[in-house]
Amino acid sequence: MRWKETDYSGWGRAIVSRGRIARPEKLRDLMQVMAESPAPACGNRRSYGDAAQNHGGSAIDMTRMNRFLGFDAETGVLEAEAGVTISDILRTFAPKGWLPAVMPGTGFATLGGCIANDVHGKNHHIDGGFGAHVESIELLKPDGSRSRVGPARNKALFHATLGGLGQTGVILSARIRMARCGSTAMRVRERRIDALGEFIEAFEASDARYSVGWIDATATGDRLGRGILEEAEVSDTPVATPSKRPASVPFDAPSILLSPMVVRLFNQAYLNRVPAAGREMLRPMQAFFFPLDRLHDWNRLYGKTGFHQFQCVVPPAEAEPVLRRMLTLISASGQASPLAVIKRLGPQGNGLLSFPREGFTLAVDIRNRGGVGDLFRQLEQLCHAAGGRLYAAKDSLGSPDVFGASYSSLPEFRKIADQVDPGRELETDLVRRLGIRGRR
Amino acid sequence: MTDTWIILGASSAMGRAFARRVAAEGCDLVLAARDADDLARTAKDCELRGSANVTSITFDIRKPAGFQRMLDAAATSDGMINAAVFVGSMPAQSDIEADPALAEDTIADSLSGPVRFLLALAPMMEERGGGTVIGIGSVAGDRGRIGNYTYGAAKAGFHTFLSGLRNRLNRSGGHVVTVKPGFVDTAMTWGLPGLFLVATPEVVAEDLWQAVQKRRNTIYTPWFWRYIMLIIRSIPEPIFKKMSI
Repeated sequence: MRWKETDYSGWGRAIVSRGRIARPEKLRDLMQVMAESPAPACGNRRSYGDAAQNHGGSAIDMTRMNRFLGFDAETGVLEAEAGVTISDILRTFAPKGWLPAVMPGTGFATLGGCIANDVHGKNHHIDGGFGAHVESIELLKPDGSRSRVGPARNKALFHATLGGLGQTGVILSARIRMARCGSTAMRVRERRIDALGEFIEAFEASDARYSVGWIDATATGDRLGRGILEEAEVSDTPVATPSKRPASVPFDAPSILLSPMVVRLFNQAYLNRVPAAGREMLRPMQAFFFPLDRLHDWNRLYGKTGFHQFQCVVPPAEAEPVLRRMLTLISASGQASPLAVIKRLGPQGNGLLSFPREGFTLAVDIRNRGGVGDLFRQLEQLCHAAGGRLYAAKDSLGSPDVFGASYSSLPEFRKIADQVDPGRELETDLVRRLGIRGRR
Repeated sequence: MTDTWIILGASSAMGRAFARRVAAEGCDLVLAARDADDLARTAKDCELRGSANVTSITFDIRKPAGFQRMLDAAATSDGMINAAVFVGSMPAQSDIEADPALAEDTIADSLSGPVRFLLALAPMMEERGGGTVIGIGSVAGDRGRIGNYTYGAAKAGFHTFLSGLRNRLNRSGGHVVTVKPGFVDTAMTWGLPGLFLVATPEVVAEDLWQAVQKRRNTIYTPWFWRYIMLIIRSIPEPIFKKMSI
């Protein structure tokens, strides 16, 4: 197996690592790589920070291990190799009446990545996280042994693997329970929201299976937290899928592109898109679930230096005042990207390090330039003081103390990870930076 | 009537991508490769992507005795029989120079093996009066270069064979597409220095499918390699022999 020596980064491109990467295409080659040089696995590297990086070390790129291994048309249980993408699953099985029960905001995420970060979707308040629909996972441990874990078998290791950032072994394949769908289209309702308080109320009153809010992160004063609420259900009527090829961003954008004035104008236009009375329409699933995937390499819009994302969840009781203070800080900084995303989350799942918990989550992109560290630190403190926590899959600036204090199952996680990987050969840059495995 | 595609080298990145592309069209498949475990996974994958009948056959391109099983499997279908040949091997030229016996392996994998298989297949295609053969050649076959002239020679020979086979099958309604890929992002090229404009196997697979539909004779994939090779071919030999590109 040949290794590729390369510089690489996560989606945010703010942290660059140098290391060697193997990309096996067959199970046999993967087993051989692990036997010779155990290393953490990565997928399409859609984590924003350094979750899929190993500076100075090795990593295994799983994207070519991407086959469907079995499907039960009665129960909707799909077994697939870890490198299969969510978009591939949706494209292949939605026409047969099944869709992944939970989908993150990008279809480029791999099955392994969805498990290792226990991702959530626009339906978390109803359907829970990705891990709630996993029947079993096959792991390849650093000692070369394989084991199948699930809710009924090896439960402790299973729970450590959900959101476990790859620290319990390389995810080879998994079985997931999919959900039924009557078409490949979504019925979407969009309406404008004038302020943050209204957003929170609207989420609490909403009974839609899928819901998400887009916030104008530049708005201040009375308009703070204004945006668009999107609610959706799977449609029973089909929609013609446009065969438009995705566009792509061919080069790193100059910094003027996201200057405050341009961002303000963009946001105004984005809001005005939706008529004051709201609107309802049918949208193809791919367009609804993965709105940004239509613009390949959109991360280049942030220029060569990249960007960070701040994503936190705050308990419901604290949500409004805390999010208000966060948005005030963000808009005052003038460093916000056009859009922030707000979403209601349901009860937490079984993953020891899973991010979602009951409350409201806010996600905002921030360009990587001077001052970003201070802004991030203030936001992190606000979140922590309110009893919230940050999302490792998005993180590139978080501090170990806050992370450790906000994930109460961390000691249990450490114990299990150390049993599987005593030599700490699966550590990644993020795991080291946030001290997730603890002191040796 | 369902068409059948025989994929020789279904475990290679390009072979796998093309098998999936064909499966999505609902064609039957006969998948052939050396690694049985891996082949079983690809077969299941193709089934779930739309192929109703997938047969897996373990084979070695250097052992023509095993070819008949593939032909028999394809013969059970009622539609046209098609074949895509992805096999080949490319040891480093320096290794071949150190051990000339390796040259024979390269020629067996990239030329004489595929030729024997296609000669055995041709009468079946003629009998059914149609079908398409895709032969994977290489831009390396367009001119002998210092870096890979043995592999290039095998591929050049294969190009010539494919041209003649096209001439032959055309008389009975069949067709042959000669494919000359540039750099493709596969396990064979992963981590090699000096690659540029590398195409994904999925892009190549789509190009192949389109070429079959349009009955193209020779394609470069991605397309711009046609012009890169035009330039390389037109360098006069007195100059070319001093170059190392």
